[in-house]
Amino acid sequence: MDRFTKDETQPKIIQKLLEDSDITIDDALEHEMVLNMGPQHPATHGVLRLLLKLDGETVIGCVPEVGYLHRGYEKMAENMSYHEFIPHTDRLDYISPTANNVAWVMAVEKLAGVEVPLRAQYIRMIIAELARIASHLVAIGSFAMDVGALTVFLWTFREREKIMDIWDIVCGARFTNSYTRIGGVANDIQPEAFVLIKKFLEGIDDNLTECEKLLNTNRIFIERLDGVGAISKEEALSYGYTGPNLRATGVEFDLRKATPYLQYDKVDFNIPVFTEGDCLARYFVRTDEIRESAKIVRQCLQLMPLGEIKANLPKRVLPQKEEVYSKMEELILDFMLINFGINPPVGDVYHAIEGSKGELGFYLVSDGKGNPWKCKIRSPSFIHIQSLPHLVKGRMISDVVAIIGSIDPIMGEADK
Amino acid sequence: MELKEIITKKLNEHFPDAGFEFSEYVGEFNIKLDKKFIHPVCKLLKEDSELEFLLCEDITAVDWAKRKNRFTVVYHLFTLKHNFRLVLKCDVDESDCNIDTVSSVWKTSNWQERECYDMYGIKFNNHPDMRRIYMPEDFEYYPLRKEFPLMGIPGSLSLPKK
Repeated sequence: MDRFTKDETQPKIIQKLLEDSDITIDDALEHEMVLNMGPQHPATHGVLRLLLKLDGETVIGCVPEVGYLHRGYEKMAENMSYHEFIPHTDRLDYISPTANNVAWVMAVEKLAGVEVPLRAQYIRMIIAELARIASHLVAIGSFAMDVGALTVFLWTFREREKIMDIWDIVCGARFTNSYTRIGGVANDIQPEAFVLIKKFLEGIDDNLTECEKLLNTNRIFIERLDGVGAISKEEALSYGYTGPNLRATGVEFDLRKATPYLQYDKVDFNIPVFTEGDCLARYFVRTDEIRESAKIVRQCLQLMPLGEIKANLPKRVLPQKEEVYSKMEELILDFMLINFGINPPVGDVYHAIEGSKGELGFYLVSDGKGNPWKCKIRSPSFIHIQSLPHLVKGRMISDVVAIIGSIDPIMGEADK
Repeated sequence: MELKEIITKKLNEHFPDAGFEFSEYVGEFNIKLDKKFIHPVCKLLKEDSELEFLLCEDITAVDWAKRKNRFTVVYHLFTLKHNFRLVLKCDVDESDCNIDTVSSVWKTSNWQERECYDMYGIKFNNHPDMRRIYMPEDFEYYPLRKEFPLMGIPGSLSLPKK
């Protein structure tokens, strides 16, 4: 039997391989690979899809694809009344629904020229800050889980559960609240809810410190985040960053201070700012913001006056349900408002609040009819996802997960 | 001098024939201008050391259905130096449905303009990546135009083959 000599073996095998397939052996170690991450991926926080170009384990290119949760809320808003759209705002940033409710009704009130009573303004501040705490707790918990610290997730969710219980009593829903109304809020906060809020505020500082103990001295956690996904101040502004992500780069910008709305100029709070602009800084900003938000809620409880919770404008504001069932006048007004809407004057307004992810704005155009002529949702998550290629470039693939977690996108909001 | 006056003065000085119309509505300062001047005006607003509109909050369009200039592209800019919001508006006609991009001024406008193109079909000249963002690439319609029905168009979205 003829055998290959030692000299003959190598070229013949290579020749056979080349005949069989189009593998190029010279490039085996320099091959670039395209990896499709998502839309179904536990670390993408929803249905975000990233196309990653990899060289080994290093990311050399990234293209984010959004739109897997696009429900067309802007089109739907054009075909429904201003009141009808309130429940839909819950589904935008579904981690902090009450903040979205507040943003929507404030934009409509600006358009229609409605003044809100003082007590309702304080109630709105309380629920918006509770929403921020809930959102940041989820952000920190799931972010820690993404980089491997599982316990924190359970502990922050335990705290968030208490906020859910408060919302449950306040408006009867734990998750999709739809609590605000144009001209005020649906109902006054019940005494039982006040007790729960106070109890929550008493515990939050210590419980948060407990969570921080698990992370701040955790060497794996720190080393996976320190210096990862850094972005400079100028780049961040150019990319349209707002909220905690912008404050982590050293820009002291917070709409609650910059353009005070509700009663934010009456309360005393600080804006946490870190200068590194990396994943770790974004985590620190969020934990500090929870403490500041708790401080705001405490002051609101002190400052809150007694009084009306809805403006007295029958042509714009829905009457209370018990009056609708017992009085003729209110029944007619309720019928007119539900069927024909609030008909704000012709014009266009933009109103933005400091949502938990960043600047949440609504641009509304009215043609004088009951439904908006145009509604544009300015969602912070959409803007932040755009910067992902910049953040992940040159990092390892395991850092991609940490970076997505640190910018905290919510796809319900990004896709509208 | 108030900021609004400074902006008015600077813009009139630099672009005498841009056809500016200044107006104010519920505390918002609106400037209407010719669409040809949008890029230099934005560049000036961002780079002028007195103004520094570093943050481009939002770019969107409004469809007026039967008006002569059918679309208005709306820009919301914010200056952190003065905590002031400015609204720029440019009319775009359906027969000449394009406007210059400002993505070289603010990187954030890249996706916002893509969204605007996806929803209204307004093309942004010199845009680095003019693709649809929410809808599939082979979708033929522009969903936020007023003639697009709320229920959608049957068969307009191709389904995967079995």
